[in-house]
Amino acid sequence: MSKYMVNLKINNVPLAVEEGTTILEAAKTLNFKIPTLCNHPDLTVAGNCRVCVVEVKGARLLSASCATPVSEGMEVFTNSEKVRTSRKHIVELLLSEHNSDCTKCKKNGNCELQSLALEYRVGDHTFLSVLKPKDLLPDLSSPSIVRDNSKCIRCQRCVRTCTELQGVNALCVAYKGDHQTISTFMNKPMNEVVCTNCGQCINRCPTGALTEKNSVDFVWDALYNQNKFVVVQTAPAVRIALGEELGYDPGERVTGKMVAALRKIGFNKVLDTDFTADLTILEEGFELLNRLKSVLVDQDETVKLPMMTSCSPGWIKFIEHIYPEMLGNLSTCKSPQQMFGALAKTYYAEKVNVKAQDMIVVSIMPCTAKKFECDRPEMRDSGFKDVDFVLTTRELALMIKQAGIDFRSLEPEAYDSILGESTGAGVIFGATGGVMEAALRTAYEVVTGREVPFTNLEIKPVRGMEGVKEASIKIKNVKPEFAHLEGVELNVAVAHGLSNARKVMDDVRDGKTNYHFIEVMGCPGGCLGGGGQPIPTSEEIRKKRAEAIYDEDHNMKLRKSHENPEVTALYEEFLGVPNGHKSHDLLHTHYKARIRY
Amino acid sequence: MSTTEVLISELVELHGRTRNSLMPILQGVVQQEKYLSEDAMITVARELNISAADVFGTASFYTFLDTIPRGKNVVRVCKTISCHMKNKEAIIRALEDTLKIKVGETTHDKQFTLLTANCLGWCHKGPVMLVNDEVYPEVTPETAVEILNKYGRSK
Ligand code: SF4
Ligand code: SF4
Ligand code: SF4
Ligand code: FES
Ligand code: FES
Repeated sequence: MSKYMVNLKINNVPLAVEEGTTILEAAKTLNFKIPTLCNHPDLTVAGNCRVCVVEVKGARLLSASCATPVSEGMEVFTNSEKVRTSRKHIVELLLSEHNSDCTKCKKNGNCELQSLALEYRVGDHTFLSVLKPKDLLPDLSSPSIVRDNSKCIRCQRCVRTCTELQGVNALCVAYKGDHQTISTFMNKPMNEVVCTNCGQCINRCPTGALTEKNSVDFVWDALYNQNKFVVVQTAPAVRIALGEELGYDPGERVTGKMVAALRKIGFNKVLDTDFTADLTILEEGFELLNRLKSVLVDQDETVKLPMMTSCSPGWIKFIEHIYPEMLGNLSTCKSPQQMFGALAKTYYAEKVNVKAQDMIVVSIMPCTAKKFECDRPEMRDSGFKDVDFVLTTRELALMIKQAGIDFRSLEPEAYDSILGESTGAGVIFGATGGVMEAALRTAYEVVTGREVPFTNLEIKPVRGMEGVKEASIKIKNVKPEFAHLEGVELNVAVAHGLSNARKVMDDVRDGKTNYHFIEVMGCPGGCLGGGGQPIPTSEEIRKKRAEAIYDEDHNMKLRKSHENPEVTALYEEFLGVPNGHKSHDLLHTHYKARIRY
Repeated sequence: MSTTEVLISELVELHGRTRNSLMPILQGVVQQEKYLSEDAMITVARELNISAADVFGTASFYTFLDTIPRGKNVVRVCKTISCHMKNKEAIIRALEDTLKIKVGETTHDKQFTLLTANCLGWCHKGPVMLVNDEVYPEVTPETAVEILNKYGRSK
């Protein structure tokens, strides 16, 4: 259906755009930049900050361009005197309520408010400061998220993020007028409420009001301590996004340079979470096969299907709060980060002849929820805290800058061995649908002895940015030990972003689905869109990162988790078999119901 | 089930479970309990399948949906301009002296809470005082205190 076209002029340039386009979007097609604060490409229109005002000929008032659709014959001016004066005043008014200590602010240098203030040369105090001293105390209660209301401009992007994208609604707009504030339930500390620590609000906050809990200094301290053996693991989605913080375009793969930089920073060993991603596939794949057998053959009613993935700690906390009755559906597998930690301080410590108590495990993650995860009391199966510190992709970039490393000039280097080998299946964990694809590559082959019936092992139906994806694979000509699966149509679903997870969960709860296996990632796009990734984010950026992940997979020699030789050796030398005793002690966990507010 | 939970399940029965029922349910709770306790907000959130923060955000927007405990009788004196010019200050002072509390506080025996309110729409008959849902126009310091007696003030 062709849409009705509307003719208008912006800054005297004529153009025609589809009906329903906003002035902001129309101006963008002509490359006229209009500043915005409350607007975000991932969110619905709010129209509350007013910095995007433009002059429309004949209109008495200025219009918020993000919230005003074009109309026939409209004449818009994006940079008239009236517009510029108003915008400057708007920014000055925002600053009159703002704790503008940029030099001490974590968003210094990547802050939308700061750039606007710079652009408009806001300097003198046109308006008196009305900042209330009581707002100056940040909420430091959460291991992942720091909330500093003195930096908040009440654009409500965080509230919309948490509601629209994440379906959590941990944050709300409370009170009104000059008392209006962004709040949790009864203004409780973040660590007491339903917040999943996903960090999506951080990624969309235009100011320093929401940031991650910074652990960089702890890691430097560990590195400077001569008595500690400090190993680092890097998650799949870091290598395809780190570049953005260091001047590269979205979608550039910087794996080898990142490894080189970590060595220069001083880590004793640079290892890969992709290795434990491969291991997760074996543990989780066999868990699925066991569950299928228990349900289909033994008709054991205590065993739950569909099984749901458990590598995303934001998703885990979400289900603990909101669907506690369905915890039995979660795979008991720990996340790759935590499997890594548990193995590093047992199997690996022995291999490198270091005492577990002298080892510090640092993770570089695209994720803020991983900071919460490593603090969970369940995550001490090595007898110590399995993972000591988690840094986000952004924090790693900061360390690289602090270390004075010229990232561009680095020669790519390879991961250390062991716990550094990985396959393409491990890499794609970083994109939505990746765990599913990796699991199917392995499970199908275990059951039938043949590769999954998809060209180049690329299981396209589970790839891409659609919120909920579904696929079915008919299992045929199975090996004798899997006779019970002959002819079974394996139904899987993939959801990313917790609002989408919610849709799937409601359908499963109401018995509307026939899924066997569901992958859920807490963040839109999967880990590549994680709350610890470079800012800004948008679907366009996430798609570029996803392409980079699949390129990385495509270029790997090994592309199936069960072919990872270091994983095979780990089973032979240490674990025995997938889902065996040792695995259960070290690599599996349990969950707890949490109250919902 | 606590009395609050019983009350809320009755209100949900009456008004339904959609987002639109939130306001009447909250008003119903406040009518009975004078304020929205944490438990009440959590229960409403669970019943409507929305977040407790959402309930709190909505409640905190409205002055008449209190989220802090209030006495059995909530006394509000209009503080807006017309009533101000008719000396609402004297009314407030008389009530404060009689109840031995300040605006915003509740008496020890939890019988009375004293608050101010924005314009109650009775400007032509100021100063105006509101006790629970009853409006009392053209009060004087003396009649204001007498009105309290109607609500069982122990002398
Ligand atoms: S939020 Fe932005 S403008 Fe405010 S102090 Fe931080 S960097 Fe500066
Ligand atoms: S915390 Fe950030 S995103 Fe949320 S309203 Fe404040 S400035 Fe906007
Ligand atoms: S971290 Fe995630 S769940 Fe928590 S407030 Fe932010 S968006 Fe909501
Ligand atoms: S960006 Fe348009 S009103 Fe905020
Ligand atoms: S000003 Fe008091 S009722 Fe209007």
